[in-house]
Amino acid sequence: MNAIITIATKEIRQAIRNRWVLAATLLLAALALSLTFLGSAPSGSNVGARPLDVVVVSLSSLTIFLVPLIALLVSHDAIVGDMERGTMLLLLSYPVARWQVLVGKFFAHLTVLAFATCLGYGAAVAVLFATGSRIDQEGLAAFAAMIGSSVLLGAVFVAIGYWVSALVRDRGTAAGLCIGLWLLLVLVYDMALLGLLVLDKGQNVSGAALNALLLLNPADVYRLFNLTGFANVSTFSGMAGLAGNATLSVTVLVTALVLWTLIPLAFASLSFSRREL
Amino acid sequence: MTPRVQATEVTKRYGRIEAVSGISFELRQGEMVALIGHNGAGKTTLMKLMLGLIRPTQGRVQVLGEDPAAGQFSARRHLGYLPEYVSFDAMLTGRETQLFYARLKREAVAKALKLLEVVGLGAAADRRVGTYSKGMRQRLGLAQALIGRPQLLLLDEPTTGLDPELRQTFYEVIQRLAFEGSTVLLSSHALTELEERAGRVIIMNRGVKVADGSLGELRRLARLPARIRIKVSGLASGETPSWLPASAPYRRLNGHIVEIDAAPEQKIDLLRRVIATGTSIEDLDVMSPSLDELYAHFLRSAERPQ
Repeated sequence: MNAIITIATKEIRQAIRNRWVLAATLLLAALALSLTFLGSAPSGSNVGARPLDVVVVSLSSLTIFLVPLIALLVSHDAIVGDMERGTMLLLLSYPVARWQVLVGKFFAHLTVLAFATCLGYGAAVAVLFATGSRIDQEGLAAFAAMIGSSVLLGAVFVAIGYWVSALVRDRGTAAGLCIGLWLLLVLVYDMALLGLLVLDKGQNVSGAALNALLLLNPADVYRLFNLTGFANVSTFSGMAGLAGNATLSVTVLVTALVLWTLIPLAFASLSFSRREL
Repeated sequence: MTPRVQATEVTKRYGRIEAVSGISFELRQGEMVALIGHNGAGKTTLMKLMLGLIRPTQGRVQVLGEDPAAGQFSARRHLGYLPEYVSFDAMLTGRETQLFYARLKREAVAKALKLLEVVGLGAAADRRVGTYSKGMRQRLGLAQALIGRPQLLLLDEPTTGLDPELRQTFYEVIQRLAFEGSTVLLSSHALTELEERAGRVIIMNRGVKVADGSLGELRRLARLPARIRIKVSGLASGETPSWLPASAPYRRLNGHIVEIDAAPEQKIDLLRRVIATGTSIEDLDVMSPSLDELYAHFLRSAERPQ
């Protein structure tokens, strides 16, 4: 445990020094703030759409693109990069297991992501609060759930990035593969699924099959969790209909995200421990 | 007393290339062993095998009572390693780097920081490693390897990039550790440096161990002639000294000096004759074959077809 904390502390210090933390926080804050200001304009203030709910809808849609990208940027380099720089050689001559190195890095990167998300998105709430918008408990709960699930989504992609990093020979390949995976999971998968549903016209693909297909993509799990999880939010996200039929409970969705983190992490650890340096 | 390192018939293959083939040796407490060989002779591979960074294709390695290939790592607390091309995280300072490694080894932080002074990095300790020169990084590499008085030190080309003064300090530190019971294995190209220091030499060629023993043992095995230089006065050019045995090959150097290649068993006899004939000897030098020559000899005999 000590080794894990030592490694995590060092990684966090490095992330602060090379300004990863600053860059991620500023980026997320800028987006959250611009969406907060822009987002409440079209709906007006008296339409009954509470500003926080609107922010949850727009922000979570953007998170799906952005948080995985940041997570992969941080993580694709974690193993193969240290090997190329030669620092891994020395580290592994110390009394640490390879899984400890991986878990230490994971904690560090997750901390960085959590910090950036909480601070960046928290800024949006602070602004709404300062401008005197009506903020109720349910809205706050939805917002908190969004922050939590965003961090979890980040964890998923950090774990996936490690797996790629543990498998490939050089950093360039890792970066390329990660961009590919990002495109696939964030963009292509949904389009393909949509295409499939249109072509199928509801004949072969059952509700259960659709649920399974949605659970196979962590980005979709995240989307379902945020857009259907809270009644008010789902109304404004246009997913109330889907939410009505949703057979996937919050527990299932959260479990899916946790599994999407643990399984790639386990595979990353396995691949890493078999690697020869 | 179990050996600190025990390698039994170790072979490591990368595809069709055999980096190390069928090597066996033991390293015992307090030994200072020089591992010499060309680039690509398998020195680094051997060290990586001892660290468990790679697994042997055949055979087994035991290090401090553990099998590193099986992922056992607690004995690495008592092991120091300096890789050939050492690199550190550029964003951390020298002090932070040293602290990080001391914590991983669970060793006293204050002692580890003192090592920075020992290697002469005291003044630069709070600068980022990214700003260090090659020599400074090498010093930091040494400092981290010495954390916690390791029982086993694996040093891959430790003195490259070090200035002569620091080289001296480095060997003093290493020799003190060996004297106190540490086992030191160091690979190097600088053979003259190792000559007086290493108690034992292992010579490798193309992944095979071609010689292993103390310098004296290797000299006996190699049977290379010692070189005797005698400075005599009043010897006409072209004149063969009367005391020289007929068979002994000799050279004249700049008029006064006669250089004789003497086989090991002839050496004493020859010296006796020189003294006995009462020639006017002004000076005398006996040079045993150097490590350089021994190395070249063993490589040649390894390359010769059997």
